[in-house]
Amino acid sequence: MLLLRPSLLIGSAALLGLLPARPASAQLLSQDHPGQYRQEDIAVGSRVYGEQCNQCHGRDGDQISGVDLRRGLFRRAATDEDLARVIGTGTPAGMPPFKLQPSELTGIVAFIRAGFDTTASVRVGDAERGRALFEGKGACGTCHRVAGKGPRQAPDLSDIGIARPPASLERSLRDPSSAMLPINRPVRIVTKDGKTIRGRRLNEDTYTLQMVDEHEQLLSIAKSETQSIEVETKSPMPAYANRLTADEIADLVAYLLTLREH
Amino acid sequence: MAKRQWLIALWILIAGSLTLDAQVTPDRLLRAAEEPQNWLTYSGGYASQRHSLLTQIEPGNVKNLELKWILPNQAFGAWQSTPLVVNGIMYVTQRPNDVLAVDAKTGRVFWQYRYTVSPDARVCCGANNRGVAILGDTLYTGTLDGHLVALDATNGHPLWNIAVGDPKLGYSITMAPLIVKDKVLVGVGGGEYGIRGFVAAYDARTGKQAWRTYTIPGPGEPGHETWSGDAWKTGGGSIWVTPSYDPALNLTYWGVGNPGPDWNADLRPGDNLYTDAVMAIDADTGQVKWHFQFSPNDTYDYDSVQIAVLADLNWRGTPTKAMLWANRNGFFYVLDRTNGRFLFGTPFVKVNWASGLDAKGRPIPTPQPPGQPTYPGNQGGTNWFSPSFSPRTGLMYVSAWEGYASIFRKEPAQYVPGRNFAGGGGNPFTPVPGAPGVRIGRTTPVNNWTDAVAHGTVMAIDPQTGQKKWTFRQYDVTDSGILTTASDLLFTGGREGYFYALDARTGAELWKASLGGQIVNGPMTYSVSGKQYVAVISGNSLITFGLRD
Repeated sequence: MLLLRPSLLIGSAALLGLLPARPASAQLLSQDHPGQYRQEDIAVGSRVYGEQCNQCHGRDGDQISGVDLRRGLFRRAATDEDLARVIGTGTPAGMPPFKLQPSELTGIVAFIRAGFDTTASVRVGDAERGRALFEGKGACGTCHRVAGKGPRQAPDLSDIGIARPPASLERSLRDPSSAMLPINRPVRIVTKDGKTIRGRRLNEDTYTLQMVDEHEQLLSIAKSETQSIEVETKSPMPAYANRLTADEIADLVAYLLTLREH
Repeated sequence: MAKRQWLIALWILIAGSLTLDAQVTPDRLLRAAEEPQNWLTYSGGYASQRHSLLTQIEPGNVKNLELKWILPNQAFGAWQSTPLVVNGIMYVTQRPNDVLAVDAKTGRVFWQYRYTVSPDARVCCGANNRGVAILGDTLYTGTLDGHLVALDATNGHPLWNIAVGDPKLGYSITMAPLIVKDKVLVGVGGGEYGIRGFVAAYDARTGKQAWRTYTIPGPGEPGHETWSGDAWKTGGGSIWVTPSYDPALNLTYWGVGNPGPDWNADLRPGDNLYTDAVMAIDADTGQVKWHFQFSPNDTYDYDSVQIAVLADLNWRGTPTKAMLWANRNGFFYVLDRTNGRFLFGTPFVKVNWASGLDAKGRPIPTPQPPGQPTYPGNQGGTNWFSPSFSPRTGLMYVSAWEGYASIFRKEPAQYVPGRNFAGGGGNPFTPVPGAPGVRIGRTTPVNNWTDAVAHGTVMAIDPQTGQKKWTFRQYDVTDSGILTTASDLLFTGGREGYFYALDARTGAELWKASLGGQIVNGPMTYSVSGKQYVAVISGNSLITFGLRD
């Protein structure tokens, strides 16, 4: 990955004496190695998370205000050591301290850093080749928007590198219909006065539905004013398993992982 | 001097009797239904039917409801409290453990008591509190750090404060206490922390413990044989909601929570009494008179922490002192509340963890293969939020979750005091792997999980047959309690923040308001100066409605 990780910046600052020396903290068995955590550690971390962290942080790591563990948004931590420290000492905001075994601590950090993805068996290829595929053979920009470029009908991919783990991205590329999130399923609405509206849902409740239509308009539909609302299970996105090689899909996954708005 | 003393004595007598009129006595609690203008206890009355005899608001005029006032709350998070109203004064709790006295007509506040929760407090599921109890002119509230506090209802000052359970071990109180005669009754939460649960009665005047009964029987106590080894010491069995009371039988009825560790039943072989059971406990002595267990050796976290609804029915031709229970495990039960005998049970949502109930009401387990969905999911077919029974329609009204399953997993668990002791977990089954599922509460206005994961349904169940007379479907799930009235109105909400008045006979929607925030308390109703109000909490706002003037 070509991005400068915040940990490198802080590390340099520490060397320059700009930061206080880190306090002695619980021992991590592994060093910072962005993006490459051992499968066994991730599995241990997944278990620890389910037992100790899930209750407050939620299944997806985003139930504490201002913190999204899965997407790497923390309040008080940047590096693996920071995470370990926060876990060990708790925070003034109300997180209690946790006394974990070294292997548990390594595991939980690996699990968080891997974006909660325990199926780390996905091949991640070359991001530059992936970008070329995105813009060329894959023609992804025909429907998807990245960093302000492209249509808004399909989900915006500007942040997809932290929104989804690698395995999920691969699944979406290979067979979008099976991986498509229910909220993204295409809807076809016929209103009481006979108009047909097509698009993608953003939100829904018992009486209304909010969507973006095929003309990129935001619409709020009152269900009482419709004749029918059909939610389709087939994705309009092609199944790239039939169009790209496994290497090409791996390259696309690598490129998508670089798409992080912040 | 004698004359002066006589005048003082007279003054004291008059002042005393004036105060006595305003005080809530045990007798008034027994006959709470006779003063429908007040709401004297969490569930409206000891039978916990959550049914008001007020009829001023009725199907013909409910469309004319308008906003009367809003009380906002500065503390973020689920506001699960049911307010009480006594003679025009509303008493409500607010996160984390505040108590307010509010003018029920205008929503203006008399006083606010703020309790400082110990940093040792730990709770699984949010800093919740479901309300106060009142006796005389004293309020009683439980706290997240396991305390029970008595407050002067006139000025909000604490009268006494006792430690009920140790927060460092995970004990907490989130339920609204119950007053029975001269005692205040509470139970403890903490079933996710390996507690040994209990219920207790304290002298309302002094806070002195009158009796304590464990929900997990110890050596020598009946039911202990349903545990092996030392598992009983961390057996769980928490109490989340206010018990019901039958004064003729002098029995209190408590719904007990899950065993610990929640999701690994292999670590605690045996039926694990009295987890996931209803206990009938003598109000004077604390003795367990009978019990009925809904989910023996539970591995799905099917807490039976529902409200025990008491109804006197002509059940299939026989006059019956019944107890109606739509259980988290997905079955609806009718029990005889005099002795706990199982009369009838049937699923009210899709159930695949059991194929049915045997003649004694015991489930016939059909565990699903690992990785496959179990119906209902972890949060159950219904949960802690209040059902209602209308003696007029004869129907039991339940806020249910449908189309909802979990993938459960078992993991080893080591008990460490004060740490989560869960032994695995259950994640909502989603139609696509990794897709968002329903959570324990709703904190976003955007529903990106859709009703493909689960949806809420208000069900009107006929206790004679278990059939649904009608259903009212919502898009998102609902944690809202239900209120019915003698004008055959049903009030309820849901996670989307819509607050509905339905026809209790047919389920027809008569009125709704879009209040925005999740409704996770039980709506209640009261009357002041001859005017009826309905109060509900949506998000961070306590909102009252009344008819247009």
